Amino acid sequence: MSLLKVSNLGVQFQTNDGVVSAVNGVSFELEKGQTLGIVGESGSGKSQTVLAMMGLLARNGRTTGEALYQGQNLLAMSPTELNRIRGDRLAMIFQDPMTSLNPYLTVERQMTEVLELHKGISRRDAKKRAIELLDAVRIPEAARRINMYPHEFSGGMRQRVMIAMALLCEPEVLIADEPTTALDVTVQAQILTLLKDLQRDFGTSIVMITHDLGVVAGLCEKVMVMYGGRVMEYGTADNIFYQPSHPYTIGLLGALPRLDHDGSELVSIPGNPPNMAHMPKGCPFSERCTHASSRCADELPALAASTSNPQVLRACHKPVAELQLAAQEVAHV
Amino acid sequence: MSEQAKQPILSVRDVKVHFQVKGDGRWPWSARRTLKAVDGVSFDLYAGETLGVVGESGCGKSTLSRAILNLIPATAGEIVWMGKDLTRGSDKDWHAVRKDIQMIFQDPLASLNPRMTVAQIIGEPLRVHKPELSAEDIMQRVRSMMRKVGLREQMINRYPHEFSGGQCQRIGIARALILEPKLIICDEPVSALDVSIQAQIINLLKELQREMGLALIFIAHDLAVVKHISDRILVMYLGREMELAQKHALYDAPAHPYTRALLSAIPIPDPKLEKNKVIQILQGDLPSPINPPSGCVFRTRCPQAEDRCSKETIQLRRISEQSQSSCLLA
Repeated sequence: MSLLKVSNLGVQFQTNDGVVSAVNGVSFELEKGQTLGIVGESGSGKSQTVLAMMGLLARNGRTTGEALYQGQNLLAMSPTELNRIRGDRLAMIFQDPMTSLNPYLTVERQMTEVLELHKGISRRDAKKRAIELLDAVRIPEAARRINMYPHEFSGGMRQRVMIAMALLCEPEVLIADEPTTALDVTVQAQILTLLKDLQRDFGTSIVMITHDLGVVAGLCEKVMVMYGGRVMEYGTADNIFYQPSHPYTIGLLGALPRLDHDGSELVSIPGNPPNMAHMPKGCPFSERCTHASSRCADELPALAASTSNPQVLRACHKPVAELQLAAQEVAHV
Repeated sequence: MSEQAKQPILSVRDVKVHFQVKGDGRWPWSARRTLKAVDGVSFDLYAGETLGVVGESGCGKSTLSRAILNLIPATAGEIVWMGKDLTRGSDKDWHAVRKDIQMIFQDPLASLNPRMTVAQIIGEPLRVHKPELSAEDIMQRVRSMMRKVGLREQMINRYPHEFSGGQCQRIGIARALILEPKLIICDEPVSALDVSIQAQIINLLKELQREMGLALIFIAHDLAVVKHISDRILVMYLGREMELAQKHALYDAPAHPYTRALLSAIPIPDPKLEKNKVIQILQGDLPSPINPPSGCVFRTRCPQAEDRCSKETIQLRRISEQSQSSCLLA
């Protein structure tokens, strides 16, 4: 049985403009020690997917579908039941390390609280364990710095504190929501290396949410590409990067300025990101897709196994063969 | 390279921007300290060329760009535009220069006045700098500029909040271009945009540059984006210049250890390359610009630092035909 099995997850928000569907029919499985990357641009529903799993949606949000953690449905749990699992077995790292730490409490108080609550150990033991974890994420002079407040740390250091805090209870699944987006590239490299090392040492499964395809390439085995609240393509990292079979994936790869190849013109995706309140009837990407036909605008393509590679799931009416030429151009192989 | 033999349109000579900040004592009368945001930067810019400026947050790249336009006055140094030293220029001199040098900002929505329509925003530089134009002339120029940057003319009476981020950035570009300037300073113009929109804006800038013969100073923290658009690249760290080189020289043979670390830290969207890449991890954090290290400012995090790095500072010096570096060991 997989560690985490999400099937047909949906998120709807009740707004003044009516019901807005932020996420539709997202399914994936995560095995122990595996890394899944969820890629998409702003408004693609990647963050809402994981927030729904953690029971952290805004108050006007509703979920449908299932998210099974070891056979228990996270979406149907009461907050009390959920509190026993989240922070303990499922932990999360947020994008902005400053706003996700409590500025009024020392790092020590914020970290020991987690252990006192979930493990029921004394504050003194908890502090010892917290210092060990801060050491593990390579914060210098951890024993002294643990008594400091969040504002006394730099951005990269704060994100390390967040990671250490998420790892306190040795979770089985770590959900990282754009953990390096707010950081400089050299700090990002430090944090990503740290995540890889921790995964090797603790065997944690990671769900990595990002808009940066480079980060996904280095870290993830499986990749899910989302657009307009739906899964466009789902496959192994090699499949997605070397044989992309969905026009949106191809578009994303083509729009990326590359360091490893001398770029000709960037192939931009025309148009603007979709407005969630007025989604097209058919494929959400149809309005911007250069391959789209009239069928794409009217009929929603189902997410199904690709004819050329059954391990890849894709939601597109166009046959893979028709997109092959465009795919080769952007895959640089 | 015969183009390069011509006179530069902009020369920046040893420019410093220092800020006085509160002292570290707890009293109001504690001695104030100096924050050296930009500390001795020099470069030349030629007509039609793109100079990329890269560096991490706090390296002084944005402050430098504002100093060039006197939005933040430089503490020392010279800024020479078309052979004229502006450092001691009057407000009137600066006013004239801003017709030729325009700026595009990072946050597309925040840099547009929410209470003005698109027509007013794009037309404002004309009303300020060319008061002789009639309202009709202005409208006509605004319309043609909107077409040029890919905005539909029907949108002319809308307000900024009705546009997406990418469209707002197009409005910002139209506003900068309407005076037909010779130089545009782009301060992280695509950092706030999604990848697909980012490519649209980069392509648009390149196209307009070709068409109008613009020079660009393109500031960004993303080396991949900078590589795509620039001819030459300036790498900054803690207010100082680390390396200034032709694009290919910089990426093929980076001369400064900081450039090498920066390049290796960029994730490559190719799983095989990225998973097997050796990353040069920089240890520690950025030092404080209030109290920078002695000698070379990068030495505290440099994998190759030697004793003498803490004693001598050097300016950029030529190490090959195409690149200059400020590393002692290069």
